[in-house]
Amino acid sequence: MKRFDVSSVSKELKIKMYMRMQQIRMFETRTIEHAKQKLIRGPLHLYIGEEANAVGACAALEKGDYVTSTHRGHGHCIAMGGDLKKMFAEICGRTTGYCKGKGGSMHIADLDLGIIGANGIVGAGMPIAVGAAIAMDNQSRKNVILCFFGDGASNTGSFHEALNMASIWKLPIVFYCENNHYAISTSSSDSLNIHDISIRALSYGIPGKTIDGNDALEVYLTTREARQRAVNGEGPTLIEAKTYRTIGHWIGDPVRYRTGSEEEEWRAKCPIRRLRDYLLGTKEATEAEIAHIDTEVKAEIDEAERFARESSDPTPDEALSDIYA
Amino acid sequence: MSTGIRMKEITYARALWEAFDEAMSRDERVFLMGEDIGVHGNIFGAMYGLQEKYGGKRVRSSPISEVAIVGAGVGAAALGMKPVVEIMFVDFATIAMDQIVNQAAKLHYMTGGKVKIPLVIRTQGGAGTGEAAQHSQSLEAFYAHVPGLKVVMPSTPHDAKGLLLQAIEDENPVMFIEHKLLYATRGPVQEGYYTISFGKAEVRRKGKDVTIVAYSKMVLDSLDAAEELSQKGIEAEVIDLRTLNPLDTETIITSLRKTGKLLVVHEACKTMGFGAEIMARIAEKGINVPMRRVAGEDTPIPYSRVLEERVIPNKGRIVNAAISYFD
Repeated sequence: MKRFDVSSVSKELKIKMYMRMQQIRMFETRTIEHAKQKLIRGPLHLYIGEEANAVGACAALEKGDYVTSTHRGHGHCIAMGGDLKKMFAEICGRTTGYCKGKGGSMHIADLDLGIIGANGIVGAGMPIAVGAAIAMDNQSRKNVILCFFGDGASNTGSFHEALNMASIWKLPIVFYCENNHYAISTSSSDSLNIHDISIRALSYGIPGKTIDGNDALEVYLTTREARQRAVNGEGPTLIEAKTYRTIGHWIGDPVRYRTGSEEEEWRAKCPIRRLRDYLLGTKEATEAEIAHIDTEVKAEIDEAERFARESSDPTPDEALSDIYA
Repeated sequence: MSTGIRMKEITYARALWEAFDEAMSRDERVFLMGEDIGVHGNIFGAMYGLQEKYGGKRVRSSPISEVAIVGAGVGAAALGMKPVVEIMFVDFATIAMDQIVNQAAKLHYMTGGKVKIPLVIRTQGGAGTGEAAQHSQSLEAFYAHVPGLKVVMPSTPHDAKGLLLQAIEDENPVMFIEHKLLYATRGPVQEGYYTISFGKAEVRRKGKDVTIVAYSKMVLDSLDAAEELSQKGIEAEVIDLRTLNPLDTETIITSLRKTGKLLVVHEACKTMGFGAEIMARIAEKGINVPMRRVAGEDTPIPYSRVLEERVIPNKGRIVNAAISYFD
């Protein structure tokens, strides 16, 4: 399975990564049920299938690092240690949610966790990441910004401006492209004239690397290396991780744009099953230990769901506050 | 009584320079970013010498990347810096509209009040220099329309400095819109550090017959017009709004109770211009007075001097509009 050296990754970290991925998977699976019962309004952009990216990349971060997230941001928030109760409450529009019910699924973020924002505008987080990195640079902090974006964002002007600016000033950023191969329905093969987005790094004189985004360990090791480069003052790196959202763009997406066999092919590459099989294969975990983690995560999701259900809605006038600081 | 306040006569551009220097010397978090602001000191020289004084990290002369300039300002502000970013012309700020409208103005709200964006976006607008349709607009109403932004438009050197220092102190994104014809104007400016509060209009000239409400360069034109009106026996009160958001309606209403006539003057196009908002607010307060606007024509700004002068308000048009109340 491994084309790279995983000996530097502790067993504890691998198990933690497995647990985080399960949190994301089970959390989102539970929100689907809520969406179908119309307990959640608005779009729900799911990360199912892409869990290794957020989990592997965020595992490479150190205290004081930050991320910028996207409209598909549940995974990033959980990977940064997000409180599942506050997340579930936010998705349900409750006053106990991370954003007091003002953000919803698309904007769940907590600055205290190191998340600068989950952005509903494709590509817009990239210049914001540049600014956060300027803050690091000006304050001489040995920290980095991990900037998540997708294949779609790589076609926006923000991508170009951000990578150019970050490269000229050698800013401490890891640009992490989650290439899940689709916009809503448009295939990246119809929106890109290149196979690998990572080759765009060449235009900015920075390293670019394409990796398997369904392999948490490869994601972790690649991000860790890029992070080290950034804190060493050597500037940004562009990582492109090939991955796939195995669910539609949103709940209720008829998914007319791809075949069932393509989906099956990617489901077979499930990042969670892969890490579990790896842990079992290396005997770093037993079936019973894995089952125990799964049970614990399920209990956490139950609790988060209950918390959200029992929380109250905001008072209507809450809409009128937090406009200005 | 001696207040200890010392004033000196300097230009609007120099007053801005003093504000940058005061803010940067007091607070390490303040940094400047924009196009051609390094060696060149911005195209009006308002930052001349600052990069040499504070270094390239605190005076970041950036590539031509309006989206990244504002976006980086948002990101740095979110992490506790005090960025003062420059968009060379307000016309170019439309390129960065997503970062201004969807990011800077929204992050505080959509994170439930957690993230603060203490960002100053400085830019300049207005016609009068033959720069035609893409370098001469007055787009303040765009920004005043967006909850989460503050909009500041100083007319004097003293206000430019004090309001800019206040903008840097503010914890919210502020659109600070200068006028290209004001940079060379001179006036008394207080030395050292001082701030001018937002939301407090200034009565620039007292009068009993008609209330003229203006901001930015049109304050100067309105004051000129008021002198001419005075010679004709009409005493105009001239109010300088200084900030559009927050808007000081109280000062306008107080004046209207005396004069009973409102004339709003702005350089921006009349349709959906800020004057409409002022009138609506006065009307909603039940202040029943006649109201008129002197505003830019609803056209792009043309190049030729003859054409440009046709579409921009001036002293003569303000005088005529005021006199029309007394015909």
